[in-house]
Amino acid sequence: MNTNDRKIMKLDRASILADARRELDMPSRRLFGKRMLTLGGLSLLTGCSITDEDSVNTFLTAVSRLNDRAQALLFDPKRFAPTYTEAQLTRPFPFNAYYGIDDVPHVDGGDYRLKVSGLVTGKRVWTLPELYALPHAEQITRHICVEGWSAIGRWGGTPFSEFLRRVGADTTAKYVGFRCADDYYESIDMPTALHPQTLLTFEYDGERLPAKYGYPMKLRMPTKLGYKNPKHIVEMFVTNTYPGGYWVDQGYNWFGGS
Amino acid sequence: MQTTLTQTRETAQRIPPIHPLWLRITHWLNAFAALILMLSGWRIYDASPVFPGIVIPTSITLGGWLGGALQWHFAAMWLLVFNGIVYLALNLASGRFLAKFFPLSPRAVLHDLIAALTGKLSHADLRQYNAVQKLAYLFVVIDLIVLVLSGLAIWKSVQFPLLREMMGGYDRARVVHFGAMALMAAFVVVHVAMVALVPRSLLTMLRGR
Repeated sequence: MNTNDRKIMKLDRASILADARRELDMPSRRLFGKRMLTLGGLSLLTGCSITDEDSVNTFLTAVSRLNDRAQALLFDPKRFAPTYTEAQLTRPFPFNAYYGIDDVPHVDGGDYRLKVSGLVTGKRVWTLPELYALPHAEQITRHICVEGWSAIGRWGGTPFSEFLRRVGADTTAKYVGFRCADDYYESIDMPTALHPQTLLTFEYDGERLPAKYGYPMKLRMPTKLGYKNPKHIVEMFVTNTYPGGYWVDQGYNWFGGS
Repeated sequence: MQTTLTQTRETAQRIPPIHPLWLRITHWLNAFAALILMLSGWRIYDASPVFPGIVIPTSITLGGWLGGALQWHFAAMWLLVFNGIVYLALNLASGRFLAKFFPLSPRAVLHDLIAALTGKLSHADLRQYNAVQKLAYLFVVIDLIVLVLSGLAIWKSVQFPLLREMMGGYDRARVVHFGAMALMAAFVVVHVAMVALVPRSLLTMLRGR
């Protein structure tokens, strides 16, 4: 066994411990059956405050984790999201973030460096010209927001699976995590990261990606809901430790697939 | 004394309950799941109304915010679906479905509807559904199936392309889902009103006779 292997084993052990600790903090799975039985009575007894009940929240969080697994099973890596024609584009494409359009971060393209970390063996720092030189792909797909509305946009960039191979990512790892210039953070499952339509996006509608849509880059996944698509990405990491996400940590479902 | 008890028990065994236990359980589980789904669904709807003129007051919704409502919705959906499968399977396997709901003709529905509206419809035998009841219950079963299918088309529009196209695309699936919800709500209003008019029917759904 060489040093490299040993290092990876150590990392795995650490993430398994972290996972186990998380499970212990949330003993929901053990209480799952019990809650199933008492949920009905509880909701009748507590009236309007049911959503504030800790036990109910624990139960709902446990079901959301179950739904993550159900969606991972339903996810077909060969199933493509529908694509559209230019005539079907939604104009103007809506701006959407957890802040107003006036607070969109300003990222200086000249100074910009994308950091890649975690379980990767290749190049860890990327400039924008290096990223723009990667193989190019385009898609016209539907962005579906968790709120229910949807909009069709045209995105250009490089296939993310190709990029992951280029940086020597361990594609057997569970997660890819993202940190963004607007303090947003998000993480996705590896099968979705490797989906052919998952695009590291530098362009919108044939133009350089404008600040309001996530300059300098956004990860576009037509197989996931809008909040799973991080904008203004400055760092990404491959990991086996569950990284969570900005909205996910507040209660949105982690898998967020469509 | 001994004889009387045995006799009573034998009589009770000979007359099957109006609603078997499995039907009563699936009925109430379904009512509970449908209520949670409707109240949380209203909160989800409000996040981006399909019909801008129709907004549901948040005070009568469930979940507190969009994230909470989604958690309720995607928890109760499992109960609705699995309970619904048990209901349909037992109904078909036991022969109850055919016996209770058929034959059913438009003429019979019209006849019983007129009788009901003029106060001449008999409720003496709760074992026997009248034609309007048959139609209403069949309707709500189909409506719930449409709700589940349109819901799946919204939740997994990429993974279930056939369902998505059947609904006329992602955006139309939301219209179908909302429309089917409105029809279900209308059913619930009429259903509860009828139960209030014939309170004995509530007892039979609780204790079987």
